[in-house]
Amino acid sequence: MNLAHSGEACKSCVIGNKAEFQRFGLDTTGADAVVALAGNPNTGKTTLFNALTGLRMHVGNWPGKTVVRATGGFRVRQRKYKLVDLPGTYSLLSNSPDEEAARDFLLFGQPDVTVVVCDATALERNLSLVLQVLEITERVVIALNLMDEAKRRGIEVDDRSLARDLGVPVVATAARSNQGIGNLLETIDGVSQDKMGRRTVRHVRYGAEVERALEPLVKELTTSFPGLPNARWVALRLLEGDPSIVREVKEGTLGLASHGLEVAAS
Amino acid sequence: MTTLDQVAGGEPVRVVRLNATGGERIRLLDLGFVPGTVVQRLQTSPLGDPAAFAVRSTVIALRREQSQNIEVEPCPR
Repeated sequence: MNLAHSGEACKSCVIGNKAEFQRFGLDTTGADAVVALAGNPNTGKTTLFNALTGLRMHVGNWPGKTVVRATGGFRVRQRKYKLVDLPGTYSLLSNSPDEEAARDFLLFGQPDVTVVVCDATALERNLSLVLQVLEITERVVIALNLMDEAKRRGIEVDDRSLARDLGVPVVATAARSNQGIGNLLETIDGVSQDKMGRRTVRHVRYGAEVERALEPLVKELTTSFPGLPNARWVALRLLEGDPSIVREVKEGTLGLASHGLEVAAS
Repeated sequence: MTTLDQVAGGEPVRVVRLNATGGERIRLLDLGFVPGTVVQRLQTSPLGDPAAFAVRSTVIALRREQSQNIEVEPCPR
């Protein structure tokens, strides 16, 4: 546990972020923390959502998008959590509207905890998104879902080694039969309060040439968009020429939610 | 060079390179079509497009304009 971080807690707690979450059409009234459920399509995200919330879900829409999103709540002892079920996504780099919605929420909505739901029977293809999420946020829990299906197929997953290698907690679950849900709730609760040792984001180094190009871009981005989370990530997308990010930077609409935070804080 | 759209059903092949750029390239990589990956055609729709491929423990359907950007080589079982 790192007590030195306690001064920073206010920056990331829901009270400070409240305006931001309301921008996403999410009412966080009464919730102590917001938890995002991310993951590839068909990893059992929504089944897990239902298991965590006890089926108390209602459906909402992202403003300006046709993508359906569900929010629900759960409580661990006295702490109340708001859970956001994001559209399934293979990557934070893609450009379909639902993947963009998931990406924007993770990048700029800054949930307190991000749970990445993985399919234990196809772990290899799920780890790509895991690494991308680890690059942009500190509080991550991996839910290794469909463990019952993996067992049936004779697939063994060494979840302890995986947790060690990734540096974040890994919880084995079988949401269909409610297995591992209690453990997942406890882990989310622990991570949201930095009780499991806070990690730092895992920046991939892209070599001297790219790093040299990034430095001035990051500087300029943080000047133009004060308080922008993940400026390095945004700068990398600019270098790639990601059309949606280029457009948002041009129009000045990038990470609007974080600007809402600034107004709320001042 | 053979591209994925020319490969017959059931025949495993290995991805050699992608002839796509920008978003299209990123999309293929995200879906698991990374050089070195073994891919197999599973099903083809009645009109021949799209087709379903087994790739990295899942099934992904691609349009021909996507699969013809994926260069492959034979992959002995």
